[in-house]
Amino acid sequence: MPAPRTSYLRVGATSSVLAAALLVTAACGGTTRNESSGGSSAPSGSASAAANPNAPIKEGLNIAFLPKQVNNPYFTVADNGGKTAVDEVKGKYKEVGPSEASASSQVSYINTLSQQQTDVIVTSANDPNAICGALNQARKAGAKVVTYDSDTNPTCRDLFINQATPAGIAEVQVKLISEAVGGKGKIAILSATPNATNQNAWIALMKKELAKPEYSGLQLVTTAYGNDDDQKSFTETQGLLRSYPDLKGIISPTTVGVAAAARYLSGSQYKGKVALTGLGTPNQMRSYVKDGTVKAFALWNPADLGYLAAYAGAALASGQITGATGEKFKAGKLGERSIEADGVVLLGPPTEFTAENIDTFNF
Amino acid sequence: MPDTAVPTSTSTPPSRDRRADRPVTERRSPLAVLASWDAVVVLALVAVVLVASGLVGGFASGRNVGFLLLDVVAIGLIALPMTLVIITGEIDLSVASTLGLTSAVMGQLWVSGLPLELVVPLCVLLGALLGAVNGLFITRFGLPSLAVTIGTLALYRGLAFVVLGDQAVADFPVSWTDRAISSIPGTSIPQAVVPVVVLALVFGVLLHATPIGRGLYAMGNNDQAATFAGISVGRTKFWLFVSTGAVSALAGVFWTLRYASARADNGTGLELAVVAAVLLGGVSIFGGRGALIGVLAGVLLLGTLRNALQLADVPADTLTIVTGGLLILSVVAPNVVQSVRTAARRRRSARPPAPSP
Repeated sequence: MPAPRTSYLRVGATSSVLAAALLVTAACGGTTRNESSGGSSAPSGSASAAANPNAPIKEGLNIAFLPKQVNNPYFTVADNGGKTAVDEVKGKYKEVGPSEASASSQVSYINTLSQQQTDVIVTSANDPNAICGALNQARKAGAKVVTYDSDTNPTCRDLFINQATPAGIAEVQVKLISEAVGGKGKIAILSATPNATNQNAWIALMKKELAKPEYSGLQLVTTAYGNDDDQKSFTETQGLLRSYPDLKGIISPTTVGVAAAARYLSGSQYKGKVALTGLGTPNQMRSYVKDGTVKAFALWNPADLGYLAAYAGAALASGQITGATGEKFKAGKLGERSIEADGVVLLGPPTEFTAENIDTFNF
Repeated sequence: MPDTAVPTSTSTPPSRDRRADRPVTERRSPLAVLASWDAVVVLALVAVVLVASGLVGGFASGRNVGFLLLDVVAIGLIALPMTLVIITGEIDLSVASTLGLTSAVMGQLWVSGLPLELVVPLCVLLGALLGAVNGLFITRFGLPSLAVTIGTLALYRGLAFVVLGDQAVADFPVSWTDRAISSIPGTSIPQAVVPVVVLALVFGVLLHATPIGRGLYAMGNNDQAATFAGISVGRTKFWLFVSTGAVSALAGVFWTLRYASARADNGTGLELAVVAAVLLGGVSIFGGRGALIGVLAGVLLLGTLRNALQLADVPADTLTIVTGGLLILSVVAPNVVQSVRTAARRRRSARPPAPSP
């Protein structure tokens, strides 16, 4: 057995050699953030032939929907709306996706879709950058990429169908919670996953909205994350009320989160005392609106969102548009739509649901 | 005299003794090697590849093979030291959290302006350190590895969120991220497969052709006996956990560059896929049995099944069911085969011998 002194010597020698090697690599310089261009490489402009607005929509297009996660009621409705549109243009519809809303799991589905020679990939991104590489590879292989609900980095998609302007959504949320709590009190946000593009955009704008003088009585104490998982959103709501017992209102701009929060509130001592609003589907929220847990909430019609996304994809794949600002295309029953700056197509203003009008909707 | 009183059995006929004493390998036909679990997994892999090439459109193309291999690189990397750990009877469930923490640290270091050439070795060193923490708790304090690594699973994942928060760092240089997914020129095999092959050779030689490797099997079969035989159990296990940490960190670097996105939640749940692949490869969860070739075949089998089923539009939940079913099969089948073999051998040696003329 070697004497302790020798083995310490050996350890000391190896570690100092290692440290020296590391310092040498550092000193010799290398790829640092400032000098590199960074970001994902955009594909060399997908053979930009000029758009031909009169080109007919090709038949038999493979249009695949890849939502944040499958078995999410919001996306089921949206994708069924897309299916209606795909059937109208006589294409082939498919819905695939991971069962958990994680960034990297969407990548293998994108690769599979590209391998299956899909013409249009319609996706809602869990992370704006993680799927960029795979999307660009798919575009190089000939697919058109349309994002809906949650955008990616604009360099890796052809069009983004925005359900409403983020500012419009933020305004309506803050307005509804202010009305519900009477303009004064502590509020919290129950969001989805921490990196979702749409969530972070809306939260940032809500904070800007709350800074306005008419909402000076409201104080945003924290943002919790339910990861679009029903059970986690439920326990996060519990946690919020335990950490902030004087909380007056919760905004949950995610259909899974607002349904879980409503379920918790309506069965607890806080029913009627803590206001809740957010983005929810009428069918999920109907009982809570009727029993007074939620006074009003907002959404758009997700079926229309999927419908518009499918038509946009079909128009792209048929050469009717190339995604440039100002181009127009026909989107079936939604009429003619035009492309705004940055390749964004707007669906329309959000709809407010209250006890009066909720029965007229079925989704 | 006392020792002459020791009874010797002279009544058993010589033929029965010889049959019972003859080593089993002499009687096995060459086909018996196919009955080993490793061979079964390799054959299953070949079968799945053939069936998928025929039935699933788009499977048998170079591009798809590239996608498939990229998907299994991370799992394959971590499965290599994990095999050694499980053979010694321990387990390391914190590998995915080490991957995530490494990814988060890599992103944070990149944002603070350090060059990538320095960041990558630093991250691997961090992984080794995280593994050393595991090793310390398990060998010095004698705690069960299952409990310790479940604790560090949560601890390291939490630390990842402390380091990077909810943000993602995505502006890694294109030259590096492209290299992570590009193929070896002239083929469609991704360059990322090369480190996996190199490490597989290293770990394979270590496990099957060195005294250290034999020591691992001894440790897995009986800790105490191995200690008394002179094997330094504690020190070996410590370095095994260091290697798991370091390789998980390497996988974390690859993951970050492949998805061009450093996030605190990278790789969540990956440890289960790794353990599933290792167990599918024939390594016994109780330790003391298994071979690296089986594990490599297991990793590829799971990856191929996933790829083929996804191409065939099988929904995500069915994929989970298939993986779970395979895992149960891989744990139950060897035990069933073993008990059947033991029962057959017992029946054979209990058969009365033919009467001598």
